[in-house]
Amino acid sequence: MNFLTNIISGLSLGSVYAIIALGYTMVYGISKMLNFAHGDVIMIGAYMSFVMTQYIGANGWIALLVAMAVCTLLGITIERLAYRPLRGTGSLAVLITAIGVSYFLQNMALLIWGANPKMFTSLFKGMSPVHAAGGKLTITPESILTIAANIVIMIALTLFVSKTKAGKAMRAVSEDNGAAQLMGINVNQSISLTFAIGSGLAAVAGVLMCSAYPILMPTTGAMPGIKAFTAAVFGGIGSIPGAMIGGLILGLIEIFSRAYISTELSDAIVFACLIIVLLVKPTGLLGKKISEKV
Amino acid sequence: MADRILNLKSIGSRGLKNAVKGNEYRREASISYGILIIGYILLSLGAATGLIGHNLQGQFVPICVYVSLAVSLNLVVGISGELSLGHAGFMAVGAFSGIVMERMLLAHMSFEPAVMILSMLFGACMAAIAGFIIGIPILGLRGDYLAIVTLAFGEIIRNFMNVLYFGLDENGHLKFAFNHTIEGIENSQRIITGAIGATGTKTISTFNWGLLLCIFTVFVVLNMKNSKQGRAIMAIRDNRIAAESIGLDVRKYKLMAFVVSAALAGMAGCLFGLNYSTLVPLKFNFNTSVLILVFVVLGGVGNIWGCIIAATVLTILPEAFRQFADYRMLTYAIVLILVMICTYNPTIKARVTAIWNRINPFKKKGGDKPKKKKTGKEAA
Repeated sequence: MNFLTNIISGLSLGSVYAIIALGYTMVYGISKMLNFAHGDVIMIGAYMSFVMTQYIGANGWIALLVAMAVCTLLGITIERLAYRPLRGTGSLAVLITAIGVSYFLQNMALLIWGANPKMFTSLFKGMSPVHAAGGKLTITPESILTIAANIVIMIALTLFVSKTKAGKAMRAVSEDNGAAQLMGINVNQSISLTFAIGSGLAAVAGVLMCSAYPILMPTTGAMPGIKAFTAAVFGGIGSIPGAMIGGLILGLIEIFSRAYISTELSDAIVFACLIIVLLVKPTGLLGKKISEKV
Repeated sequence: MADRILNLKSIGSRGLKNAVKGNEYRREASISYGILIIGYILLSLGAATGLIGHNLQGQFVPICVYVSLAVSLNLVVGISGELSLGHAGFMAVGAFSGIVMERMLLAHMSFEPAVMILSMLFGACMAAIAGFIIGIPILGLRGDYLAIVTLAFGEIIRNFMNVLYFGLDENGHLKFAFNHTIEGIENSQRIITGAIGATGTKTISTFNWGLLLCIFTVFVVLNMKNSKQGRAIMAIRDNRIAAESIGLDVRKYKLMAFVVSAALAGMAGCLFGLNYSTLVPLKFNFNTSVLILVFVVLGGVGNIWGCIIAATVLTILPEAFRQFADYRMLTYAIVLILVMICTYNPTIKARVTAIWNRINPFKKKGGDKPKKKKTGKEAA
């Protein structure tokens, strides 16, 4: 039963990584930049939800909606003010700017909410855990709903990207920016939309993550951000199903190495797996092969 | 054949320019050493006359450490053209192996300069070995993938430091354990205790050692940049396929830059480690790697003296503004974003340059304008 419990908590953690990784992978796909500020958008989302439930006394689901709205706006603003002026100037400049944005968000949160950890109340407080296998296996509502949310988001996003006009425009821009523009696609709008979706999902991920691990600090988003980024690269950056697979595998690896090998070394094992995958398949599990032109 | 072509100095426009302008090297070297020595004199004078407070004096060794880290990272980012996000990992290897070496040596001898040099060399060797092991598999990767793998390696190194245990037994012999504490060793004889890190280190780092380290690092990097190997590395950066097609061994040269950079980071890490009596592995996390990268980018990618200035100023400023504790990091973030936009966005850069030209009394020799131009060009 222990094994099953681990699988479920691994899938649940992996689902959080997958949802965060979606933001990374979409942004990378469309603007070829490593958005290191994404992890901090998660943190802001979690804080917004915390503020709504604790200070204003709103219902958890309303709080989630508000957090999503705030993060969506935040994502669009960050893209507009910090990244758009640097589009097409090489990855290093944008990377450092993203790091600047990440510092900014962390220190902003530090100023507003202080350094002391806040206890986050779970979104699913009051729901009772599910007992299976004759009471031996207990599944928390957080795990079930996180996994469910991941599946729903993944299906919705795949449909959005493949069926709708805006989604197709996004794919066209990520394929060839210039050609897309010539076809009458509004590139700026597409990129803004990508950032909006990614940041909105980051808010969901933040709330789900803090429901399961309820300690909230200005640095809460940093490590999950890096891990989710690893997940995105693991699955092949730029690919939506890749983000899901990468996230789930990473979550499982992390929980299993914590349970069976060593708590301290679990992160090292996660990163070692990434390196092994990249050595075998240099563009990740589902990544496109890059051909080199002379 | 490759060597002959290199001797003819005919690959890579930048390689050609550097080779033809032999005094380019002399200029860069004299500016770099000049800045180091003037900085040293200014800071020492400030400390002697009491102009520089006690807190800031405590930053002298870290400044030297960050300067040499920035210069060594510039070898990978600027000269070899690869983005590395795991420099703090090599710093950690150097720091912890240097600390272990120092404690072992101090148990047997008391001549501090020898202890310092041997520890630093040991730290450099261990970091070079780490760089070699990491470099072999990853240098086949490109661009952002290489960046993420160096990030992963940096985190792996830090994680391993969390489960390392070193101590001296009663005979002064080194004891080592992995993932569990060592039994039967008194607290005072523990050197490294897992996540608690190094404790009881004798702090033998001084500002003078820091200056020596900086000079050594600049010497190695500048000479490497202007050697046959350095030109090969830059040729590979400028056009990998062209360089490969004339017979340059891409992996060998990239690995060379990576290992030298790691070794120098290890030395700097050792100086850093021997500056604090206690040191936690958490110090060497992703944020430290990023901090060093920020020094390199703000100083100018590939520009040695630029990153010396950037590392010094950006270490002093946050310390000097400590009274505005809550706002200083926020300001730092905003300034960082603004500087990046002003130096890299073509329209805004042109406007800034125009304003600067209008107010700048020395049009040709102004320090700011050529520097900005250079960074912009190299990023393109």
